[in-house]
Amino acid sequence: MDGFLQIRSATKMYRTPEGGSIRALDDVTLHIRSNELISLLGPSGCGKTTLLKCIAGFEDLDHGDITLTGQSLTRIPAHRRPFNTVFQNYALFPHLTVERNVAYGLDVAHVERKERTRRVGEALEQVGLAGFGARMPNQLSGGQQQRVAVARSLVLKPKVLLLDEPLSALDRKMRESMQIELKSLQHSVGITFIFVTHDQEEALSMSDRVAVLASGKVQQLASPKEIYDEPQNEFVANFVGTSNIFKGKVIAKEGRTLTLKTANGRELAVASDRFGVGDDACAVLRPEHLKLSGEARDRAIKGTVTQSVFVGSEMHLHVDVGLGRTAVVRHRHNKGSTEAAYGPGADVTLYYTPEAAHVIECKGA
Amino acid sequence: MAETGATASRNRRTLILLLAPLTILLGVFFLIPLGIMVVYSFLEPGLYGGVEWNWYPYNYGRLIGWPLNDYEVFDPIYLKIFLNSLQIALMTVAGTLLLSYPAAFWVASMKGPRKSLVLFLVALPFFANMLVRIYAWLLLLRPTGFLSTLLESTGLIIEPLDLLFTNFSVIVGMVYVLTPFMFLPIYANVEKLDYSLVRASRDLGATNVQTLWRIILPLTAPGIIGGSVIVFIPALGNFIVPSLLGGSKVQMTGNLIERSFLQSRDWPFGAALALLIMAFVVVLFSLQFSRQSKSEGQGTR
Ligand SMILES: Nc1ncnc2c1ncn2[C@@H]1O[C@H](COP(=O)(O)OP(=O)(O)O)[C@@H](O)[C@H]1O
Ligand SMILES: [Mg+2]
Repeated sequence: MDGFLQIRSATKMYRTPEGGSIRALDDVTLHIRSNELISLLGPSGCGKTTLLKCIAGFEDLDHGDITLTGQSLTRIPAHRRPFNTVFQNYALFPHLTVERNVAYGLDVAHVERKERTRRVGEALEQVGLAGFGARMPNQLSGGQQQRVAVARSLVLKPKVLLLDEPLSALDRKMRESMQIELKSLQHSVGITFIFVTHDQEEALSMSDRVAVLASGKVQQLASPKEIYDEPQNEFVANFVGTSNIFKGKVIAKEGRTLTLKTANGRELAVASDRFGVGDDACAVLRPEHLKLSGEARDRAIKGTVTQSVFVGSEMHLHVDVGLGRTAVVRHRHNKGSTEAAYGPGADVTLYYTPEAAHVIECKGA
Repeated sequence: MAETGATASRNRRTLILLLAPLTILLGVFFLIPLGIMVVYSFLEPGLYGGVEWNWYPYNYGRLIGWPLNDYEVFDPIYLKIFLNSLQIALMTVAGTLLLSYPAAFWVASMKGPRKSLVLFLVALPFFANMLVRIYAWLLLLRPTGFLSTLLESTGLIIEPLDLLFTNFSVIVGMVYVLTPFMFLPIYANVEKLDYSLVRASRDLGATNVQTLWRIILPLTAPGIIGGSVIVFIPALGNFIVPSLLGGSKVQMTGNLIERSFLQSRDWPFGAALALLIMAFVVVLFSLQFSRQSKSEGQGTR
């Protein structure tokens, strides 16, 4: 195990104005590696910002500790930690030029002028803002402000860069190009980026690893592929990508193939190494694993289309398969093909392979 | 095109109509009296009050050291009184600032009903007569008053403390009267200060002191300047506080003007005095504002 930045059993409580208390972080344990881009992914209010603040040193933990290469950070105040933050709203100093903003950290550390000028120039170049030094922050676009915020942090050569939903204020096009830029920036500066986002696509596309958080707890920490293909629980399966989740009881087991009986009596064959007869289990099938045509060894489910949604590159069919939930199927349509066959009310057969299904524990089938 | 032109001229007419009451009000109650003062300040004072309609620049002469020989003498006392007033006004600005600045942060950090209550308390003195409130300070500060007896009973002082009729007592009174005027603009500024900037500054390695100097002070400067202006001007002209708490020992230009008009009935001299002070304030602030707008023109807004 790489012992770079370790968070152990971190717990943080907040008092609510009503007098109660809320667990913003609940026994969070994360081992973050050097030189990786790790995302903290979760819905709004799950504690992402709180975790980032605790790492940065703006908040103290109630329990647990955070260590950097084995040394506890508990007693080190925020301004002495080798971390820098890119804030959700960028927090650029409105009364200082871009150049003075980027130079700020060097100024307060009394870095000598020649070196300061050189490093500020370098940092602005790194984020593609050479020549913008004399502007004021409010004379920049959102994307440019974002880059200034990144440059302002990177100029201090931190060991870890913390980014709190840095792209959430940008429009879609800008966001996508910034994702690529941040990823390659991380690669070229070679430090750890901890990237907070509530956008699962963003997390999957940028990260080396993703930590999924919900209500102050880590749900899963794994590579994007693993998170998507093998979600550890129902929350992750639901939050990351679109999932068709079918709850049932294992009624038969034959090699790796389980037969899952759902509440309304239908049977589903899925493959898994875990689980035995009598266990409750949930089968997760991604939309792309359900096909409208199949081969001999595929399993079939019959259903009725309730809705078909056109999203440009494909059709999303919502199919009532009598399993308590509608299944979402993606269908790549061809130009000029007859779509009437998959309109609402059409009977369809969905095919899947048992291996494609991922089986997880579920509470209260 | 024609339609927008018509709309524009209609808009302009509406604007003129809307501005008319204010224009008339300012004209009647501000510009005309000011004009009368300007005229009077250049007239010869009558022997028993009133004026003689003769060109007479020596009202100003008496003040700035160019008196009419034999008849009127240049008395540096006026200059001294002015300098003392300036000093008191500046000390008042400093005093109100020292009280209001931390208080503004304190109140801004409060929540809910407590905050409303404190803001109400700040405005509360406006509901009571100023004379009464200053008179209360007279009772507090005099040798047999509350402060002196309190200090004596604790043994900190032996003799009764006479704080009254000093620059100190005048400044205390002024600070007391004018603090809300400093507090409110600063509070309005501090209230909207983006706290994440403070966090960003800390994150970039600044100490608290550095954050205060480099981020918080510059960003709350408009409130500080605004508050200082609206405290400084009335402090310079105030005559109630110095006449109650300063007695005959502390003279301010406000008293001088009041006395010229009401006691010695030398209206031209009073008018000249008032206009000189006004000119001083106007020059001071036009310098300040031209500097400020120049620095703003460079970038920010
Ligand atoms: N200063 C605070 N006081 C009280 N509750 C807070 C405070 N900061 C955050 N919380 C609560 O803690 C939880 C986690 O907040 P946060 O970490 O900001 O979530 P996220 O960034 O994931 O949206 C939320 O329920 C939020 O209301
Ligand atoms: Mg947040």
